[in-house]
Amino acid sequence: MNKEEYLKLVKKHEPKEKRVENTIYAFLIGGTVGFLVEGIIQVLMNIFALSRIDASSWTCLIVIFVSSLFTALGFFDNWMSKGKAGLLIPTTGFAHSVQSSALDYKREGLITGLGSNFFKLAGSVILYGILSAFILVIVRVIVFG
Amino acid sequence: MASKKFNNVYIKDSVSIVGPQEKNGLLKNYDLAIDDYYYGEKTFEQAEIKMQQVVIDKLLEYNKLNNSKIDLLIGGDLVNQISISGYNASKYRIPFLGVYSACATFGQELITGASFISGKLARNIVVVTSSHNLNAERQFRYPVEYGAIKKLTSTFTSTGAVATLLTNEVTNIKVESATIGKAIDMGVNDTNNMGAIMAPAVADTLNTHLIEMKRSINYYDVVVTGDLGEVGREILLDILDKNYDIRLKKYIDAGCEVYTNNMDTYAGASGPIALPLVLFDKIINCKKYKKILIIATGSLQSVQLANQKLGIPGIAHAVSLEVS
Repeated sequence: MNKEEYLKLVKKHEPKEKRVENTIYAFLIGGTVGFLVEGIIQVLMNIFALSRIDASSWTCLIVIFVSSLFTALGFFDNWMSKGKAGLLIPTTGFAHSVQSSALDYKREGLITGLGSNFFKLAGSVILYGILSAFILVIVRVIVFG
Repeated sequence: MASKKFNNVYIKDSVSIVGPQEKNGLLKNYDLAIDDYYYGEKTFEQAEIKMQQVVIDKLLEYNKLNNSKIDLLIGGDLVNQISISGYNASKYRIPFLGVYSACATFGQELITGASFISGKLARNIVVVTSSHNLNAERQFRYPVEYGAIKKLTSTFTSTGAVATLLTNEVTNIKVESATIGKAIDMGVNDTNNMGAIMAPAVADTLNTHLIEMKRSINYYDVVVTGDLGEVGREILLDILDKNYDIRLKKYIDAGCEVYTNNMDTYAGASGPIALPLVLFDKIINCKKYKKILIIATGSLQSVQLANQKLGIPGIAHAVSLEVS
């Protein structure tokens, strides 16, 4: 049996991931998160009389704080593995990745542990986030002037 | 020849400790259990060191042995540079050998220990194996509190430690022979499908063992593989049937015997501890099997090389046990 034949055999035995089901699930969970966040924005705008831009920034901070707190309290990882992409893609996932790395390395020193591993998972998001924002801005300037 | 016959090597006793998840699973005859992954220590690594220490201490206590009666301590685990076993060994005045072959560590330890005793170079040897789910997560996957989304083929590293006493005194469990496996790379580089990495190594080792020992598969009452899991088990049965024309009469995969179906453990248990836990907890304890072939299985991966997209080699070591 050569490698190609073996890889085919492996493929045959791999259980199928339920893609359609997972997509609908992620859509509903992610949608619920969006719905709740919009609710917070509305509350901030109406009760605290903030502009939409200010209310969005505050809401972002609240979401980051809540996901970090839930991660620190130890149950957000269960929500993440159940909520899948619905929780991974929004800011909740980003905050969770930073917080979980920080918790994981806290015993290995502030510099050698926590500091150097803080952005272990989130580093790619930051790097490629900034890079794509930069490229998109250039595209915008060129296309729309 | 990859196969060796041993003279006068016996397993006298073993002591096991299991983690919180394993305690509530299918295992029933373990000696000790922990309720908390920290086990009263500051970090998970220190908890694993303590688990190793507790099982060795109990083993020596139950058998009324002190450090000077043990000729060799052989230890292995999954953490960087097998550091758990190294740090634990510093607590004893016993010559120490650390061994690594990922989840096949228990097999390698038995073979190494049995060779020393068979060659009359040692009389009593303690072998200790451990793994800790959260240490393995940190070592090979993501931070502990990160809720990573897993594939259905991935396995769940089991938590526990087993210390086994090998001796030249006659007991009811004889370590009869063994086959040292070859590292086999079939081009699978998916670290979330270790069953597929290890299955070809198991088939090769089993076939080599039967040919070199001139035995048919029906010689053994049961064949127990290490931690192939649900997916790896099916792949193994398929390649044994198609390529080697071997049909297993009674076959158990330790990875499928630790957790219940509703435990969110995907394709089953893995880790060097899965095989010895199931072996001593179920296979030997049920007294149904006289001739047992255990095949410890390991995926020899590292994070760096897996990221470099090379095929991951699998390894499998077979040990034949005779229970009277």
